[in-house]
Amino acid sequence: MAGIKVFGHAASISTRRVLLTLHEKNLDFELVHVDLKDGEHKTESFLSHNPFGKVPAFEDGDLKLFESRAITQYIAPRYEGQGTNLLQPDSKNLAQYAIMAMGMQVEAHQFDPLASKLAWEHVFKLIYGLTTDQAVVAEEEAKLAKVLDVYEARLKEFKYLAGDTFTLTDLHHIPAVQYLLETPTKKLFTERPHVNKWVAEITKRPASQKILQ
Amino acid sequence: MITILQSQLLPPPPIKLRHSSLLFSPSQHSRPNLKFTSKSSPSPPTITMASIKVHGVPMSTATMRVLAALYEKDLEFELIPVDMRAGAHKQEPFLSLNPFGQIPALQDGDLTLFESRAITEYIADEYSEKGEKLMCPGCNKVKALTKVWLNVEGQQFDPIASKIAFERIFKGMFGMTTDPAAVQELEGKLVRVLDIYEARLSKSEFLACDCFTLADLHHLPVIHYLMGTDSKALFESRPKVCEWVKKITARPAWAKVVDLQKQ
Repeated sequence: MAGIKVFGHAASISTRRVLLTLHEKNLDFELVHVDLKDGEHKTESFLSHNPFGKVPAFEDGDLKLFESRAITQYIAPRYEGQGTNLLQPDSKNLAQYAIMAMGMQVEAHQFDPLASKLAWEHVFKLIYGLTTDQAVVAEEEAKLAKVLDVYEARLKEFKYLAGDTFTLTDLHHIPAVQYLLETPTKKLFTERPHVNKWVAEITKRPASQKILQ
Repeated sequence: MITILQSQLLPPPPIKLRHSSLLFSPSQHSRPNLKFTSKSSPSPPTITMASIKVHGVPMSTATMRVLAALYEKDLEFELIPVDMRAGAHKQEPFLSLNPFGQIPALQDGDLTLFESRAITEYIADEYSEKGEKLMCPGCNKVKALTKVWLNVEGQQFDPIASKIAFERIFKGMFGMTTDPAAVQELEGKLVRVLDIYEARLSKSEFLACDCFTLADLHHLPVIHYLMGTDSKALFESRPKVCEWVKKITARPAWAKVVDLQKQ
């Protein structure tokens, strides 16, 4: 039985996006470890899973996918009715779906580029024996603050980013948020009350705890 | 950075709307209840109404992405220019449409959306029966592959290609000079992406499957700009990529978008 396989690294932000989704859905899967430090993601063998040489890659039976947000957007509807609903309450309502999709684009284009850079500077660089560039941190934090101001206004109106229920839109943020909470950048979240509350909610979910183990 | 500078584009030329503009406003809370007439029907004169409004400018790649989808779907819409030079996109009332202060924003009845790739996806879904198909019909598997290549454009292609367009074209508009070292570095990254596209397009007529989808459409605006620069060589030197570029840029809907820039 082929089942679900994730080719990635348990500490990688994008791999975690997929793992979260699988845990939320209570799905069985195998995590096939890809040794990033050793450059395994650039080997022929891995490139056959993702020609862009990035984790994660994914298989469900004979369906092969890559790009974490494409994978999560496959899992959520495919396993609708199992585990947590990660789509809008009325999955057929196109306007509601569009609002969720819009939030996912915001995460991908407004939030993640900044959050990833900060996670790289504060966390991952150290793993590779490099040092944090404080000038970059300051610059990226200033931009992230502006983005989080928009989030603050949004989360005043709604409990979650796409409405009143937890969806993929919120989930996509979790891995980067978890890393940043362990760094000085944490203050950007804690000093915005509604963002802070949202962060607490999404990070305390059982699935969010599972990926940290 | 790209989006900030794109948002400082020159003020839009006076835009003569290609599609019928509002003759009266629909209520914000209801869908228009007038029928559209077929463009080829003879008189008597009829009132048409655009319930779709796009706030943006034809030069903006993100706006063009949305316009392309609307033209593919043969939808009536009104293009409402945003005075970028005056910073209108960073103030009310535009911020109520997109709090991130970026064009485009779209209104369809009482739904307001921003982020071009969410807008196009909405257009493709809501108007799936109209005009050209923008998503491959089919099962979860086909949809999933489309999402893969939609994400490839957004995450692998666009960050690099947009920066090249910025260096080669938009910088000049703001009196800044192209940085040749930056261009070289970016092109070095782009060719690796295009090599992957070449391999993909050897197996598939279009990126996601054998039909044209949003995954292809999303590339059009930046490719359009790059094909007007020396970077075009990167596309032309790869036969399958070259063929694909020719096919997607030859689409009548795309010609209409390009036409809007000339007005």
